[in-house]
Amino acid sequence: MRTKPTNILPAVLTYGFVGLMAFLSVFPFIWMVLGATNASIDIIKGKMLPGEALATNVANFFTLVNVPLVFWNSAKVTILATVLTLAVSSLAGYGFEIFRSRQRERLYGAMLLTLMIPFAALMIPLFIMMGKAGLINTHIAVVLPTIGSAFVVFYFRQSTKAFPSELRDAAKVDGLKEWQIFLYIYVPVMRSTYAAAFIIVFMTAWNNYLWPLIVLQSNETKTITLVISSLASAYYPDYGVVMVGTILATLPTLAVFFFMQRQFVQGMLGSVK
Amino acid sequence: MVQARRGGIGRYYDVNGWLFVAPALGLIAIFMVYPILWSLWMSFQAGRGMTMQFAGFANIVRLWNDPIFIKALTNTMTYFVVQVPIMILLALILASLLNNPRLVGRGLFRTAIFLPCVTSLVAYSVLFKGMFAPDGIVNSTLQAIGVIATPIPWLTHPFWAKTLVIIAITWRWTGYNMIFYLAALQNIDKSIYEVARIDGVPAWARFTHITIPLLKPVILFTTVISTIGTLQLFDEVYNLTEGKGGPSNATLTLSLYIYNLTFRFMPSFGYAATVSYVIVVLVALLAFLQFFLARERDR
Repeated sequence: MRTKPTNILPAVLTYGFVGLMAFLSVFPFIWMVLGATNASIDIIKGKMLPGEALATNVANFFTLVNVPLVFWNSAKVTILATVLTLAVSSLAGYGFEIFRSRQRERLYGAMLLTLMIPFAALMIPLFIMMGKAGLINTHIAVVLPTIGSAFVVFYFRQSTKAFPSELRDAAKVDGLKEWQIFLYIYVPVMRSTYAAAFIIVFMTAWNNYLWPLIVLQSNETKTITLVISSLASAYYPDYGVVMVGTILATLPTLAVFFFMQRQFVQGMLGSVK
Repeated sequence: MVQARRGGIGRYYDVNGWLFVAPALGLIAIFMVYPILWSLWMSFQAGRGMTMQFAGFANIVRLWNDPIFIKALTNTMTYFVVQVPIMILLALILASLLNNPRLVGRGLFRTAIFLPCVTSLVAYSVLFKGMFAPDGIVNSTLQAIGVIATPIPWLTHPFWAKTLVIIAITWRWTGYNMIFYLAALQNIDKSIYEVARIDGVPAWARFTHITIPLLKPVILFTTVISTIGTLQLFDEVYNLTEGKGGPSNATLTLSLYIYNLTFRFMPSFGYAATVSYVIVVLVALLAFLQFFLARERDR
């Protein structure tokens, strides 16, 4: 008998607790979507029913914000950062595995140590560096410091341990050079590793805030996170408009998450193994 | 590990190895190592804007006499001490409940609890600011169900503003930590739990005596990354409390103070660099302490 009375209370508690946590996790999303359909005044009052103000809110958002430009800025920064980070980090991840130098582990250890450096300690020198290079207000300045990522190198090296060395040996017998092995064998074989890293880097780049806030000072270069933040910090923010903005800012990462959920979870898991 | 042979094939691997790792290491050297050393040098300098001169330990002395710094440090440590344990425990409990294969709908629950991780720190801060407004949905719900009589001043009262920051970061990061625990739980042999269950070990004891000890390395890992994250707290505080650091600096963090010192007040790079080194030292100390404690408990 599996349904003894003593088993009911823990089950009720479990489902109650897990259900409550799930509800609290999802609630702000529901509120955001409902909010986009309501006028600011109703949102603040906590109206939890769909309203008729969606068209107005969207229209207002498009009047206040140059949406194509802002999206293009975000997309540019994100795509550049993602492609370059994946390229540089996977090269290094593979490199650390084929590296036979005595300095290898020492270099690797030193690199991992940089994971502990908080961004706050870097931002002033970085800002001055970008200023001297004349890169303030450019998207290059946003992307450059994020490309060399010890975390993503670490992730690629961990995953490279699973890359079959027989494949490399066979390729070498066939006379392939190391860069050819990397490009024609490693990259296609490690597809799922790239997919997981893609999601993590994409989300980080899309959501990046503090560094773009410092570097991007003109309205022509601002990304969506900066725009949402400034809309919401108005003295009387129009919450309907802000909701439309947060939805638009969240959609790309949400879409990436749902389309690639499996790789994402694997990616997170891969980094602790 | 194969030792490098000088010349011949060893040489060949060496050169290739260097070439493959060079771009990443070069970028890390330019954009991480160089700035952190520069920042150290800067912390011994004082002056406004671009005119700086060597000042010895003047900045460190200034730290002790700066009530705003003390406030930012206290706030940051409060977030760390209160929030990290709550979140780690919550994530552990959720992971062990959602690891139960007999739980109906666990995939759905997992996705729901993980969902906050994909939002940007800015977007959710903005949402939370609206939800926790004086006449916002949280206050009106709490009043409707009779928990409180008058609205809680979440954004304007020093205590409640801090509480709000803690609620917000717990919402955002619990699911993230949970995923790490779920992964680790899947590597634990299920028969251990079966044996314990047959022996009549209650659920709570199974959690404290089997789950937690077996997950220790992962708990250590998540605690260290959460520590680093909490000490760097910026986006949420900046967006929840109007960029200033809340009512009478009640939510000001070290990162936000550095930002203010550099970009909001009259730029004071040397002093800001000193404050940033406080974070470096704290991160290093706390990470070391956590590793040390984890090793001690092993004995």
